[in-house]
Amino acid sequence: MSAPLLEVHAIAKRFGGVQALADVSFVVGTGEIYGLIGPNGAGKTTLFNVISGLTAPDAGSITLEDQPLTGLKPHRIAQAGIARTFQNIRLFANLSALENVMIGRHARTSAGLVNAILRTNAQRTEEAAIEARAFALLEYVGIAAHADALARNLAYGDQRRLEIARALATEPKLLALDEPAAGMNPTETQALRVLLERIRAGGITLLLIEHDMRLVMGLCDRVLVLDFGRRIAEGAPREIQLDAAVIAAYLGTPAA
Amino acid sequence: MMSVRKAWSVPYCACIGMALIALALAVLPFALASVGTTWVRITNLAILFILLSLGLNIVVGFAGLLDLGYIAFYAVGAYVYALLASPQFDIHLPFWAIIPLGALVACLFGVLLGAPTLKLRGDYLAIVTLGFGEIIRIFLNNLSAPVNITNGPQGISRIDPFRIGGFDFGRGETFFGLNFSGPIKYYYLLLLVLVAVIIVNIRLQHSRIGRAWEALREDEVAARAVGIDTTRMKLLAFAMGASFGGIAGGIFSAMQGFISPESFVLVESIMVLAMVVLGGMGNVWGVIVGALLLSFVPELLRHTVEPFQRWLFGRAIVEPEVVRMLLFGLALVLMMLLRPAGLLPSAVRRRELARRSNLP
Repeated sequence: MSAPLLEVHAIAKRFGGVQALADVSFVVGTGEIYGLIGPNGAGKTTLFNVISGLTAPDAGSITLEDQPLTGLKPHRIAQAGIARTFQNIRLFANLSALENVMIGRHARTSAGLVNAILRTNAQRTEEAAIEARAFALLEYVGIAAHADALARNLAYGDQRRLEIARALATEPKLLALDEPAAGMNPTETQALRVLLERIRAGGITLLLIEHDMRLVMGLCDRVLVLDFGRRIAEGAPREIQLDAAVIAAYLGTPAA
Repeated sequence: MMSVRKAWSVPYCACIGMALIALALAVLPFALASVGTTWVRITNLAILFILLSLGLNIVVGFAGLLDLGYIAFYAVGAYVYALLASPQFDIHLPFWAIIPLGALVACLFGVLLGAPTLKLRGDYLAIVTLGFGEIIRIFLNNLSAPVNITNGPQGISRIDPFRIGGFDFGRGETFFGLNFSGPIKYYYLLLLVLVAVIIVNIRLQHSRIGRAWEALREDEVAARAVGIDTTRMKLLAFAMGASFGGIAGGIFSAMQGFISPESFVLVESIMVLAMVVLGGMGNVWGVIVGALLLSFVPELLRHTVEPFQRWLFGRAIVEPEVVRMLLFGLALVLMMLLRPAGLLPSAVRRRELARRSNLP
């Protein structure tokens, strides 16, 4: 494994009577594609919410390149270099695709109130750069033709791509994708795989929740398996597929 | 050839249009004055309401935070001016010093309202802001004892008009053979402020900050996830909106020469909100149209309903106030049915409201 990028240590989270996460630890290396799988309700999305700061953990710590992130607000975590997408796509539905990505540039740009009101040279230069970069990102994910379309009018697969483009606009070190292939047909999934590999080749580490096993096994370097909030296995896809605990979690244990 | 002509003619027409509008606005007060100075005063109040609506539009239209106590900031601006330029404490500071101060104090009150309401949205936020508006008014009403600050319900009178050197906005003068009455002078001042406020509004809307507000309104969670400090953006929206209210309040104070808590009741907040909603939340031009309509139509009714009835029936049967409320109610129902997003809705808002009405 390469140098560690994200270190998650002993995260625990309880919602009322449900232990959503218990003592979950793992390390994602720089440049890896790291998969996160598990049956429904295993705690995958909760873990994503904890990592991106939307949910505060009860215990444990998270660091990105040795910089502690635990307890930071979501926007600080995004600024630190973690971008995410959502399982139930959360775009700015009534804005254009281009505007969605432009908003993603917020954390990496600086023009404030005074600059906007006076429309200074610096502000206009920055605005032009934001728009150019946003358009380039739409081209990168392959939906530049729909730049002016409203996010909510895009085809489902394109919405997923737009969400990725918006996340990339924040210049993340780690891109966390929550079920990017959900609802996609095999052709779209294959295209998504190509895109994700391209993003990794561009130097961005990927953390991936996914139910499409073919995608996970073909794409991920290592996979972590959660079940009922606990870590039950970690390793290369091939090892995971043969792991008794994993098979039991997915298929159940044979009746005695 | 077509494209060349088109490229030329659009800005050319726009220039002519703008020049015509500017000319019309420049001669308007004299035309109105020939009917009666009252009409100049009414126009001035209408411009003040446009200023207020544009301020509220930042909070409600851009950031999507429902504020039912907006008039409180108007009150704060008005009282800051009144206290620092009247015989109340015998302080007479120049207006160009107090107006920015009033904006600043209103801005602080905006943050004061914004900070505890950061986690609230929709109905709950509306209730808290409504309470805030009332609290300010009740304070103004009661800050007369044990130490008399606001003079209570009697209000503050003999407030200084705007004055630069020997140029007094409260006094009529004759230039170039034209009679510039006090209200006419204020009209030009208000027009100047209005142009500035419109420019600020439009520039903010198409900026990094404006986009962050839109993101906040569309999906707060997603906005946070892409690195927008939603706390800061909400406070900024409240602060900006409040400052505009504060500026308008200061001008109101000087123009009227007298203010009391009576001028800042809940109905005024609702009126400003109605102007924003009627015109079209989020669209600067829509908001202006809304404010103009709701300012002038009641005045027109006041001046026509009674004479019309006298002419028709020989006596007044229905009071203008009743007719006004009747028409307001009718307008409300018609708007809800026909144009839920306002007369000139912003493109984004229209889509939002359309989506909502599509829900089963």
